[in-house]
Amino acid sequence: MIAELGHFALALALPVALIQSIVPMMGAARGVSAWMDVGRPAALLQLALVTTSFSALMWCFINSDFSVVNVFQNSHTAKPLLYKISGVWGNHEGSMVLWILILAAFGAAVAAFGGNLPERLRARVLSVQGMIGLGFLLFVLFTSNPFLRIDPAPIEGRGLNPLLQDPGLAFHPPMLYLGYVGFSMAFSFAVAALIEGRVDAAWARWVRPWTLAAWTFLTLGIGLGSWWAYYELGWGGWWFWDPVENASFIPWLTGTALLHSAIVVERRETLKSWTVLLALITFSLSMLGTFLVRSGIITSVHAFASDPARGVFVLLLLGIAVGGSLTLYAIRAPALEGGGLFAPISREGGLLINNLLLTTAAATVLVGTLYPLLAEAIGLGKLSVGPPYFNAVFIPLMTPLLLLTGVGPFLAWKRADLSGALQRLKLAFVTAIAVFAGVWLLTGGGLGAIAAAAGMALAAWLGAAAIVEWLSRASLNGMPSLSRVLAMPRAAHGMTLAHLGMAVVIVGITGASAWKEERIEALKPGQHIDAGGYRFTFDGARRTDGPNYEAVQGTYTVTKDGAPVAVLTPERRSYAQPPQGTTEAAILSTFTRDLYAVIGEPDGDEGAFVSRIFIEPFVPWLWAGVLMMGLGGFVSLTDRRYRVGAGRRASTVAAVQAAA
Amino acid sequence: MRGRLVFLLPLAIVGALMLVFGKRLLDVGRGEDLRILPTVLLDTPVPDMALDAIPGRGRNPDGLTDEDLRGEVALVNIWGSWCVACLAEHPVLNEIAKSGVVPVQGIAWRDSPAASLGWLAKHGDPYARIGQDPKSRAAIAFGVTGAPETFVVDRQGVIRYKHTGPISPEAWERTIKPLVMELSK
Repeated sequence: MIAELGHFALALALPVALIQSIVPMMGAARGVSAWMDVGRPAALLQLALVTTSFSALMWCFINSDFSVVNVFQNSHTAKPLLYKISGVWGNHEGSMVLWILILAAFGAAVAAFGGNLPERLRARVLSVQGMIGLGFLLFVLFTSNPFLRIDPAPIEGRGLNPLLQDPGLAFHPPMLYLGYVGFSMAFSFAVAALIEGRVDAAWARWVRPWTLAAWTFLTLGIGLGSWWAYYELGWGGWWFWDPVENASFIPWLTGTALLHSAIVVERRETLKSWTVLLALITFSLSMLGTFLVRSGIITSVHAFASDPARGVFVLLLLGIAVGGSLTLYAIRAPALEGGGLFAPISREGGLLINNLLLTTAAATVLVGTLYPLLAEAIGLGKLSVGPPYFNAVFIPLMTPLLLLTGVGPFLAWKRADLSGALQRLKLAFVTAIAVFAGVWLLTGGGLGAIAAAAGMALAAWLGAAAIVEWLSRASLNGMPSLSRVLAMPRAAHGMTLAHLGMAVVIVGITGASAWKEERIEALKPGQHIDAGGYRFTFDGARRTDGPNYEAVQGTYTVTKDGAPVAVLTPERRSYAQPPQGTTEAAILSTFTRDLYAVIGEPDGDEGAFVSRIFIEPFVPWLWAGVLMMGLGGFVSLTDRRYRVGAGRRASTVAAVQAAA
Repeated sequence: MRGRLVFLLPLAIVGALMLVFGKRLLDVGRGEDLRILPTVLLDTPVPDMALDAIPGRGRNPDGLTDEDLRGEVALVNIWGSWCVACLAEHPVLNEIAKSGVVPVQGIAWRDSPAASLGWLAKHGDPYARIGQDPKSRAAIAFGVTGAPETFVVDRQGVIRYKHTGPISPEAWERTIKPLVMELSK
């Protein structure tokens, strides 16, 4: 009964989406207010219906209603409650309902909080949002219905893939979707602007908070996914340049570019058609990610069970959305340009280079991801593209970007004084040189140490520049002043936090890449492995069974120079339903490194186990940096300029200028 | 005019990509093998090996060499008594052996003879021959990433297909059996 209710609510959402996509759009074209007003209640009703449907599906999972195929295939009565709930989106059908739920929530947010938007713009945005919803509702209802029943109902379910039974991964998809789907707002605003033929500062100011929110969630979502891969897969790695990871990283890169180019539109009324294109492309790439993961045309450890029929449907959706919007772009965008002249040395000049580097980076990752496919299509045979390609193209692009990120915030709009800016960056420069020399000498001073020292110096440069910039804004007559700090726009604090977070992430990336140590040996009880100045002694293994798995737990005593440091207890689990093993690495995080132990297969008859020990320098910095970037995004979102109406903009600008 | 063409560029790129994706999806529809790197060993002869029999299993001939894999189409299944997924796959292997469509040859990977024998006695023994691989020599030569994995080897002893993970009844009926039939013609 509950399942039918959910199905019915989802089916009802379809005509509502149809009305939402057609009526307000026609109203905006003909200037009929009553028609335009249909958008708001339709968007709210849409959210109510999809929420009902999603809740019904969740009810089926929590109550283990195995007469629903989706629950039978992905759940099990012995599963802890958290994973019964996360099982809702741990499968293709359920995750698509979550996708639609978030889409509807964003649409409803425009309806509820978009009171200061011009009537026509709001009507068109809601209409485009409705069209996207319509496409995905059709997709779910016709190819991926999560409410199908089986008769007779099985007594027990098949269980969720045990790799997914993990707190990190329980929250990873919702975060990621909030990011992906959040970019639909930028897309809808861009399409609406193209239809109107007008992009101005006010438009940019409305688009930016939505983009910022999406970017923040996507940042945290990618971070969570990486964290999960790091501790759950037991390979000691945190990024694999896997196609599915790339699918989330490419929109992050273009989204970051969009975030910055929208500022230029807002302040200088230029880069308009470029910004609109970025908005279209970022959401298109998010949809491409969905398509790649679900169509089975690319292989990946993360991919959902694939089905060509679904692939064809998503490809059609993608073709209509992307093809349609880019056609509109080709027709309308040439008329958009205008605005001021561009001085190469200026804030907008810096942001333009930022955009070029970020989009080039996105393009190279996209090419690397799709290259095996393209190569096969033009008859070059089967091949794969691995981390060496990505590292070789990515690092040379990121290095100038990060150098520039340090300088950019010091440049004034219109025409900046580069030597003045560099003058103020002397301290950051000295810090970077000192860090380079220090790291280089500490790590032996050879040729091999140059890359690591350069990475750390880059991070120091960016971090020091961000702090110097913040201090110079927060100071009055050379002294930090609380009143100045309070008077600064929140967006300024957000930017500093996000840039600092980036610097911290670079420390993590550099440290983990340069100084990682890995040892694999079969240890009998009492034997040890020495790594990174620590001694890991294997004390033995014992059986420890959980609610729905059997496990072997190894005990490793870690000592440094004879003094005890910690006891690590990694596990190797065998789940009964579905039958699959997982590794549970034991990780001890310290300020500068993770000690990481994994217990492998038994080896021989004498109680020996294959043991893998990793020393992972600075990995905790990665997660801290990602959190800082996310926090920076949230702080920026609270900036009052996103809450006040366009009429009060002048006073905000005055405040910003006074602070600068 | 040139200015306008620039604005058409994104559309043109996306259009080309769509064509590639569409073609690929059609290939999926026709059931072509889409794994981008199926196995490096695909279409190469089975590696040289001479694996001992499990003492006490009582089949003659027993043990497995690359020579044994020439002359008829065969499945080579890599398993171990320690492997949970192998247990899940086992009923399917028993069915395949009973059907007589194709012999199943086993490689007992990183297992002790006693544990292997006990496991086979308990769950059934579908294997024509079994070779022991306690030191992973054969597993490494086959490029095995985990157990179970199954290779389809043709009459000439050339690897024609690799199945990673447990063989499900559907995978047997839809993919492996048709391939075996084709190769046996």
